[in-house]
Amino acid sequence: MALQLSYEAFNKVLQELKNEYKIYAPIRLQGTGRFSDTDVVRYGEINRIEEMVIDEKAHFSPKEILFPITQTLFYYTSEEYQEPKEEDKKIIIFLRPCDIHGVMRLDQVFLKNGSLQDVYYERLREKVKFFMIECTEGFDNCFCVSMGTNQTESYSAAIRFGEELIIDFKDEELSPAFEGFGKTVDFSPEFIQKNKVEVRLPDTENIDNSLFEQDMWKEYSQRCIACGRCNFVCMTCSCWTMQDIAYEDNPNNGERRRVWAGCHVDGFTDMAGGHGFRKNYGDRMRYKTMHKIYDFKKRNGYHMCVGCGRCDDACPEYISFSNCINKVTQIVGEEQ
Amino acid sequence: MKNPYIPKKYEIIDIQHQTKIDYTYRLAYDITPQNGQFVEVSIPKIGEAPISISDFGPGYIDMTIRRVGKVTDYLHNLRVGDSMFLRGPYGNGFSLDQYKGKHLIITAGGTGLAPVKSIINHFHRNPQEIEKLDLLIGFKSSKDILFAEEIEAWKKNEKFNVILTIDREEEGWSGNVGLVTQYVPALHIPDTDNLEIIIVGPPMMMKFTGLEYLKRNIREDQIWVSFERKMSCGIGKCGHCKIDEIYVCLEGPVFNYAKAKQLMD
Repeated sequence: MALQLSYEAFNKVLQELKNEYKIYAPIRLQGTGRFSDTDVVRYGEINRIEEMVIDEKAHFSPKEILFPITQTLFYYTSEEYQEPKEEDKKIIIFLRPCDIHGVMRLDQVFLKNGSLQDVYYERLREKVKFFMIECTEGFDNCFCVSMGTNQTESYSAAIRFGEELIIDFKDEELSPAFEGFGKTVDFSPEFIQKNKVEVRLPDTENIDNSLFEQDMWKEYSQRCIACGRCNFVCMTCSCWTMQDIAYEDNPNNGERRRVWAGCHVDGFTDMAGGHGFRKNYGDRMRYKTMHKIYDFKKRNGYHMCVGCGRCDDACPEYISFSNCINKVTQIVGEEQ
Repeated sequence: MKNPYIPKKYEIIDIQHQTKIDYTYRLAYDITPQNGQFVEVSIPKIGEAPISISDFGPGYIDMTIRRVGKVTDYLHNLRVGDSMFLRGPYGNGFSLDQYKGKHLIITAGGTGLAPVKSIINHFHRNPQEIEKLDLLIGFKSSKDILFAEEIEAWKKNEKFNVILTIDREEEGWSGNVGLVTQYVPALHIPDTDNLEIIIVGPPMMMKFTGLEYLKRNIREDQIWVSFERKMSCGIGKCGHCKIDEIYVCLEGPVFNYAKAKQLMD
C-alpha cells in the first residue's frame, strides 16, 4: 500500500512512532567537520523529518546504530560479569538501498560466520525496520549499480521525497501510526540505474597470490597514511577489538567493551610479544581490497563492497577504491 | 539468546615455572578439548588473550603462558587457589587419528611446543599407537627451554627420537646447536608414504622448516602447521585473524601445509 502525505502529516506519524521506536536518519552536525565551518552528516535520532539530510550522502554509514563505535559488553563489579540492560524500544532507520545491502553483509559476519551468533548485534538487529530513501541520482563516488546493490525489496517502508512524501509500506505493524493521514496512491520506488562512477569487477576465478605481489599495491604504500578513515566510514567494515577498562574513581569496577578496529590502522595484527603482519601500508590496501571484492565472495558467495563510495569521500590522500578495483580487473580480467 | 562472550571462572590448581617468563598453569576444567585448540583467557578490567592448551587430562587443562603483555603480566601474579576466567575451547585442533600407526615428526620452535605437547604426551603414554615419533625442538637459549623434565622423559621412550637444540653456542651447553631447519636433512625417514609432519613455531621458522621437509620429497598434504594471530573474539566476528577467506579462529589454528602456504597475510 502507498500513501501520499504532507511533511507536517508525516511528522505527526513520526511522533506516534516515537512511542515505540527510536528513529534514526542522517542529520547535520554543524561545525564538527574536519576543517573550520564544515559539517558532518552522520546518523542520529530525529524528531521531525526536516532534520534529515536528504541532498547529501551521510559521511558515516548507519552501521553505528547496529554496531556502535564503542559498545559495552559487560560491567564488572569485583569479579562478577553483568550484561548491560537491553534497550526496550524498537528502531527505525532511514537509509538508502546500498546501506540496506550493507546491513546484509553485517548480518553475514555477526550472525552467520562460524557457528555462534553475536548476541549484541542480534539483539539490536531484530529491533530494526528499514525506511528506504528512494535514491535515483546517487552522489559523487557512488558505484552501487556496478556492485548490484542499487535495488532492494528489503524494507518496511520506501519513501520518495518531493513536495510531499510518497510512502510505500509493506509492514502491517506500521499501519496504525499512519491511520487517518494522507491519501492512497499508486507508487513503487525507483532505483538508480547508472552512477557517475562505474567499476568493472574482477573475475575472482583468476585471482591468486600472484596478484598480491603486483606492483599496483606499491603506489598505495606511498599514498596511504594508515588513518583508517576508509574503514570507519565503510558500511561493511565490521572489525572490532576487545577493550577492558577500570574506572578511574573506583578501579575495582570497570567494563569490557568492543571498539571499532580497522585493517589499515597500525596495531590491527600486532600480538603480544611483537609479531605483526602487513607493516607495509600497500599490503593493507591489498588486504582490504581483496576482502571487499574477492575473499568475502569466496566465502559467502557475494561481494562485500556495496559501492557506497564513502571510502573515496573520506580518504585524505584522495585514494580511489573504485579505481583500485578497476586496476585489479585490468590485471586479472573482468567477471563474466 | 546465549551470550558466547561470557567467560566462566576456573580455579588454578597448580603452577609450574618453566622459565623466568613462562609459567604453566593447571586449571580445574570440565571440558575435554582437542589437541591444539585454544581458549580465550580473561581477566576482568585487564583484557582477554587467546592461549593454546598445552596439555589436558580428566578434569584439568594446562596452559603455558609467557609474560609478554597486559593480560599475561597480570596472570603471572596469580597463585594456586586463585582463578582465571575462560571461554572456549575454540579452533579446530589436530586430529590424532591422522597420525596413529604412522611415523610422526613434530618440529617445534619455542612456545610452539605448547600446542603440540598434548600430542607428544598422548603418544608417550600410548606408544603402541605410533610407529615412530621424531621430536625436533628448538629454543633460543638454554634459559628458554620449556618442559625440560618432560623432554627428559620423552628421550627415554623407545619409540621417540628427541633432538633438542638451541640457536647459539653457550658456555656449559654440550647439546645440539643451531636452528631446527638444519636438523631436518639428517632425519631418518625410511618410508615417506607412512609419514605425517607437524610444524609449530614463529612464522619464519614454520616457512623454512616446511621447505626443508619438501626437499626430502615429502608431500605438502603430509605437513600440518598451527598459526598464531591476533584475535579478540575467537568465534569469527572480530575480523583480526582473517587471512584470505579463512578465519584462523574458525578453520584454524591448525592447517594443512597445502592450504597454509596459500594463506598470505
